[in-house]
Formats: sequence, C-alpha cells, structure tokens
Amino acid sequence: MSSRGQIGALTAPRRVVGRGTRREWLVILKRATRSRRGAVGLSLAGFVVLLALIGPLIAPHSPTAPVTLFPFSKPTSAASLGSDVLGRDVLSRVLDGGAVLLGIAAAATAIGVAAGVILGIAAAYYGRWTDGIIMRTVDVFLAFPQLVFALLLVSVVGPKLWLIMVAVGISHAPQVARVIRSVALDVCERDYVKAVELMDTPARKVMFGEILPNLSSVVMVELGLRFTTSIVIIAGLSFLGLGIQPPAANWGLMINENRIGLGVNPWAVVVPASLIALLTIGLNTYTDAIARASLGVDRPAEEMVVATGIILDRSA
Amino acid sequence: MVVVRVVLGLLTLFAVSVVIFVATQALPGNAAYAVLGHSATPQRLHALEDQLHLNRSLPSQYGSWIGGVLGGNFGTSLANRESVSSLIGPRLVNSAVLVIGAGLVGTLFAGILGLIAAARRDGLFDHVASVIALTITALPEFVVAIALVIVFAVNLLHILPAVSTIPPGTSPLDDISALWLPIGTLSLVIAPYIFRMTRGAVIEALESDYVEMAELKGISRWRVLLVHALPNSLPPVIQVIGLNLLYLAGGIVVVEYVFNYPGIGAALVDAVSNRDIPTIQFIVLILAAFYVFVNITTDVIALMASPRRRARR
Repeated sequence: MSSRGQIGALTAPRRVVGRGTRREWLVILKRATRSRRGAVGLSLAGFVVLLALIGPLIAPHSPTAPVTLFPFSKPTSAASLGSDVLGRDVLSRVLDGGAVLLGIAAAATAIGVAAGVILGIAAAYYGRWTDGIIMRTVDVFLAFPQLVFALLLVSVVGPKLWLIMVAVGISHAPQVARVIRSVALDVCERDYVKAVELMDTPARKVMFGEILPNLSSVVMVELGLRFTTSIVIIAGLSFLGLGIQPPAANWGLMINENRIGLGVNPWAVVVPASLIALLTIGLNTYTDAIARASLGVDRPAEEMVVATGIILDRSA
Repeated sequence: MVVVRVVLGLLTLFAVSVVIFVATQALPGNAAYAVLGHSATPQRLHALEDQLHLNRSLPSQYGSWIGGVLGGNFGTSLANRESVSSLIGPRLVNSAVLVIGAGLVGTLFAGILGLIAAARRDGLFDHVASVIALTITALPEFVVAIALVIVFAVNLLHILPAVSTIPPGTSPLDDISALWLPIGTLSLVIAPYIFRMTRGAVIEALESDYVEMAELKGISRWRVLLVHALPNSLPPVIQVIGLNLLYLAGGIVVVEYVFNYPGIGAALVDAVSNRDIPTIQFIVLILAAFYVFVNITTDVIALMASPRRRARR
C-alpha cells in the first residue's frame, strides 16, 4: 500500500475499446500483490518455496543416511527436529524434500495449462465439429478423478518422475480446456477478432496473437488453481508410496512413513504436513486475490466464476 | 432430454473403458513383464500373457475384456487368484457408506453455515467462515486426515481410533466410532465449496425482485429466507453437491488409505502397488461409471428442482 494514487490510477478505466491492453496480466498481478489477501498469500507461498529451494544447500545432515540408531528420537541439539522412522535427521529431510515436489508440480502445471489453453481456444475458435470432438474427448477424461487417472498411468509403467509429470499435466488439460473455451467463445465474437480475420491473418495468429492476450486473467487464475492441485496430487501420490521414490526425501512421503511414530516424535509428521498446508493455502489465497483483481471489484473467485458462466470445479 | 443425456453417458462410458484399456494393456512395454518383474520366468510370462490375452491383437484383447465386463465377469485378481467381483463387492459397500455419509454430513453442515452467512452478509460470522472456507479448500485430504488423527486420536485427545479397519464379514455400521474420522475428513474437504456456493446463490436470490416483494408484504425474515430465497438457490447448489460427490470418488482413495479402511479406494492403491491389472481396470471403471451416473442425476434433479421450470409446466 505505498500510495493510494497509484492504485486509483490502476482501477481507473483501463480500456476504451473492448480489447485488453498488452501487459494487462502484469497490471493484474501488481494489483493482486498489493491487496492484503494477495500479500498474505504470496508471503506464505513464497516462504515455503524459498525454504524448498535453498533447503538442500543448508541441510545440516545427509537426508538419506541415519544420524542416530534410534527411530523417532526426540529433538536434540544435533537433530533439532528429532529423527525419523529410520533414524534420519528430520530437519535435513524437510529441507531437502521440497524442491523436487515443487519442480514436478510446476512442470505438470505448465504442461496441463498449455495443453488446456490450446485445446480450449481451438474449440472456441473453430467451433463446429472441431469443438464437438475436443469437448466430447474432454468429457471422457473428466470422468476420471485426477488422482485416479495418475494412478492408472503409473500402474503399469511404474512411478517414474517424467510419467508423474505428464500424467498430472494430462489430467489438468480437460479442466483447463473447458474453462478457457467458455471464456474464449465470447472473445471470438468481438469486433477486433472479426477485423483481424478480414485481413487474412492466419488462424494461428488470430488465436494466439489476438484471442489469447485477452484471456490473460483467466489463464493466470487457472495457473494458480492448477499449481495448487498439482502439489496436492503429487504430494498425495508420494504419500501413497506411488510418487517420488524413497530413499529421496519429500514431504508427502515423510508424512506417510513417519505417521506410525506420531505419538513419539510428532515433528516428523507435523513439519512436512504444515509446509504443504502453508504452501497450498498461500497459493490458493493468492489465486483468489488474482481473481478479485482481474474483476476490478472485490468479489471472491466463485462469484466471478458464476459471472462468466463457469462452474469452478475442484479436483484432485 | 433425459434420454439424450443417458445415451451420451453410455457413449462416454464406452470411451472411458477404451482409455482404461489403453493405459493398462496397450501402452508400450509388456504388461506381463511389468506384473511379474524380476520373478518373470518364460513359463510364468507365458501363463500370464494367456490369462490377460496379451498374445492376441489389441482389439481382440479389448473385446474379451469388455465382453466379460458386460457379462458380469470382471476377471481374476492377479494378486490372490480370487475373482475381482468377490474381492471388490464387500468393499464397494464400505466405500458407499463413506461417500453417502460424507455427502450427507458435509452438505448439511456446509449448507446451513452458508445460509446463515448469507442471511448475515458481511457480518463477523460471514467473514470468519469465508476465511476458514478458503483455507480448508486448499488443503490436501491427507493433511486434513493427519490433522484430525493428531487432534482426536494420537496426540491431543484420545477419543477416536486412528485406524478404521473393519473385520471381514461385519458392516461398517456395526462400529460407528471407526467411521467418524474418515467421514469427518471427507466432509471437511467438500464443505468449503458447498458453503461458498450456498452463500453465493442465496445472496443472489435475496437481491431479487420476488424477495423484495415478499419483504414488502411483511413476511418474516426467516420465512423469506427459507421459503422464498432457498428454493430458488437450489439448482446451482445441487450442481455443486454433484461436483463434490464426484470429488469424493477421488477423495476416498487417499482417505481410505490413511485410515486403513477396507474400501475400493484402498484396494486401488494396493492393486497399483501389486500391478494387479484386472482389479485396477474394474475399480477405475466403477469410479468413472459413478461419475457419469452422478452427472446425469444432478442435471435431472437440478432441472426438476428449479421453481421457475416447475411453474412453466
């Protein structure tokens, strides 16, 4: 909240014609970050991301070799969060176990949102049978709960990192495509799109040069939602023992392998669980702030969603 | 209208079965080898290929699988040689208890809170409840489950069991205490969306002309809320309840695993660990069929529940 004048300038009418300014996404991000909700969300998520990224560099012990002979020993001066099921240092495993999770989640989000945006815009722009084929295919894939879809793909090939990334990405695509299509349908009918079409612009340029920039706020909200979901699914797969494979540390796996010692050294479960919680809560809150900022009025995400005719779906 | 939806649903299910088949049996890599792993001897590989019909063409493999499914023969589990249907049948009932229980508890709880929040819009309760809803929405179900275990079973209070195993041959309803934590977790996870949608829909209805009319006639505030606003907000809320039931189909996988609850979700995790292909195929097919069924049902109910639509008839 540095100066009110600036915010006033940002909320002033930004568009004279129906067309979004280039850099509109930057304006929305700035506004979201300056709102109280956005600042809280971004700091929570930022804290966890920072910890995950620099964690491997500052971990005091090896994340995979035991520091003590005793499982679930209480915190000591050497191991400030105690030891885990195999006598390894909990703090070091916590510090080491976030980066891979975040990396795979980010990649899966990128794959899923990119595929969903392409499919959604193509369906809206071409219409007719292209639309029909894409949306019926989307319906088929929506019938799988996302976690179940990932399990299905992992079942035969085994829990490989690239496969988890692709599986989670593919499971996002139908959801994103449905949302993008419903918003793009409206953009496709606007005059500037019609005008560019008259100039013999190739379809690819119309779709990604003209239509896509006008979907920036929806794409950003989708990125936020899907990133949160990716983390939930990938940590969930690890929790089930079917994700990132031991002995490498990761927060989902830690919760599962240490929960039998919950009564003895609860930190081995509580710390990774809290980090996942802070991360997903922070991301979700920031996404909510983006949704509000893109509307220009203080309305929560689900009202925006009702306004644009999309039902916000939750899926994991 | 209903007929069209049902036919489309059946077509979707057919496509779903093809996707399941492709993912488990037609992806590059020998499924039989994947199942047997290091213990693969040529004889065992051959026997398994025979059982899964892997040595035939893909369409013929698919044909014999889907033919069996349609005839009520879901194959034999690779893990313990029992028929998949006798293995999954009792677990299906257990999972249904969880889904129905969580659906009822979560919907009632969140619906009532949403109604109160809408009636006292922008009050303290509304703000606090909305922030809590936004927070819970973001949490993975295994984090919620572990938190409940910490609070109610292991660390703070010791009033509920941390695992919900149900002895074979008994009903989950025989020992309700085992159900509290799994149902509590699933209800908490679905509650925020139902809360937010109920709140939003009721607020929209409260701003409408017919509610203003009712208020001008001097009808009491709660009567306006329950008799005039609530019925008109039902259709969108029913859609969201449907969405959340669908969400539960995925949610039971993790929650049953956490509490060691013998349902199809935990069975799916086991089957994936054991690469028990026939069991995986059957459970995923059931979950997808549940999705299609709930989707059609909510659409039809939402249509029938709309007062405007009823009035037109």
